[in-house]
Amino acid sequence: MNQLSIRGVSRTFTGTRGQTTQALLPIDFEVRENDFVTILGPSGCGKSTLLRIVAGLDYPTEGRVLLDGQTVEGPGADRGVVFQSYTLFPWLTIAQNIRFGLRERGMSEADQKERSDFFIAKVGLRGFENHFPKQLSGGMQQRTAIARALANDPKMLLLDEPFGALDNQTRVLMQELLLGIWESARKTVLFVTHDIDEAIFMANRVAVFSARPGRIKTEIPVDFGHPRHYTIKTSPEFMDIKARLTEEIRAESMAAAEH
Amino acid sequence: MSATPVMHSSTPAVSAAPATPQAPRRRRALAPLEPVGARARWLLGVGFFVLFVAVWGFFTLGGFVSPTFLASPVTMVKEAVLLFTEFNFSHDIGMTVWRVFGGFVLATVVAVPLGIAMGTWKSVEAFFEPFVSFCRYLPASAFIPLLILWAGIGETQKLLVIFIGSVFQITLMVAVTVGSARRDLVEAAYTLGANSRGIVLRVLIPGAAPGIAETLRLVLGWAWTYVIVAELIGSSSGIGHMITDSQALLNTGQIIFGIIVIGVIGLISDFAFKALNRRLFAWSTL
Repeated sequence: MNQLSIRGVSRTFTGTRGQTTQALLPIDFEVRENDFVTILGPSGCGKSTLLRIVAGLDYPTEGRVLLDGQTVEGPGADRGVVFQSYTLFPWLTIAQNIRFGLRERGMSEADQKERSDFFIAKVGLRGFENHFPKQLSGGMQQRTAIARALANDPKMLLLDEPFGALDNQTRVLMQELLLGIWESARKTVLFVTHDIDEAIFMANRVAVFSARPGRIKTEIPVDFGHPRHYTIKTSPEFMDIKARLTEEIRAESMAAAEH
Repeated sequence: MSATPVMHSSTPAVSAAPATPQAPRRRRALAPLEPVGARARWLLGVGFFVLFVAVWGFFTLGGFVSPTFLASPVTMVKEAVLLFTEFNFSHDIGMTVWRVFGGFVLATVVAVPLGIAMGTWKSVEAFFEPFVSFCRYLPASAFIPLLILWAGIGETQKLLVIFIGSVFQITLMVAVTVGSARRDLVEAAYTLGANSRGIVLRVLIPGAAPGIAETLRLVLGWAWTYVIVAELIGSSSGIGHMITDSQALLNTGQIIFGIIVIGVIGLISDFAFKALNRRLFAWSTL
């Protein structure tokens, strides 16, 4: 069943002097429940704009987004978001950050603690409960952000280049961590990235974005089974998909550079 | 093994001697932005005070300046003792401190909630901001004659001077602090299910709190300058009143001592405020 329906969604930005920029051409896209979809595209192609529209943090100029048949009107706890920038609340400890959504919902202290303890263990941050975000590395902060989004038990997880600011080694470990979490507790995931390896390794389906104005150019299924091991990254099948995507992205990056 | 190129630039590629990395012993003390040690900082800070008093003593005790216009440090200390023993100066200090804190607390109680509201809701800001900006430039001391007409020469008038001098400044600075909250944190809170109330109470206010505390510390310093002006006119107690009296008697020693007392109290309250802020908002200085 399709959980998320993006129907004819386009976005045009209007500048201060009335000039318009088309960020997204009308997009139709469906995501099944518990699917893991990555959106791959060159920078500035509008893929983050689409994610923000799904999150309800931006709105479509035309078209609409449906989640379980309900039109998305604004942000809500049913769509957890992890941003590229570190968005932990700096005045709250790691545990308090993870409990933020639960507290807003009015959950009892005991339940809050149980859930936050569970997710702290899940992302491997036991012992750091009472640290402030600034005392943690970038990778640990993003792990907290993932735990914070998951603790809220959203229907969907939306990730906007969550590992973009991390060094390569940390990024690879974070991919495995997130994939492991997804394999054990299925969730519908929409994951935006410009990293081809990341897009293939994580996804069941890769949607390739064109250069601005953005649209979905092609969709490529990724048929590796689960659980996935990082060694698939060197398999011939992986290389084939990578070669294909590299060509697609290259054409779009060149188009973007000509703008 | 020995053929592998040395990648670390800190260790010399060819070294026969045991490799103990030699830390640069001598810091270039006058290089731009070079940090200075805690002890040196303290010595330098105190050093200027000593130099200042020495120069002052040299000119006054050496007879280069008439004692009528400028008392020597020795005279000042004698006058200071007299002020406390004969003229009940502690009472004056108490009155001035009370006025500053009274007016300042009144201003804070009004300005902080208003500033938060202005920073949060753009319509509230549009309504108040032009007026508050206009009032900010009105000199508090210019209101003194008017306030004397309205409130007499009692305590109300003194408190009102401090209030007028502080309230508009605090309002605007708090509004700016709250208004410049990180948008990405607000968005994150929305995606975690926060409503408008949650955003204000649990994102905007805690995020702005260190900035608001810093604003209050700054404005408290300014409040000290207003209180003296308020006490210079129509007053029967306070440090400002003592200074006016001493002027009539050409007692420059007492005037200088009064000024120094204000400086010391200001410094103490500033340190206390700073320490409190660091304690309350430890996260912001990590």
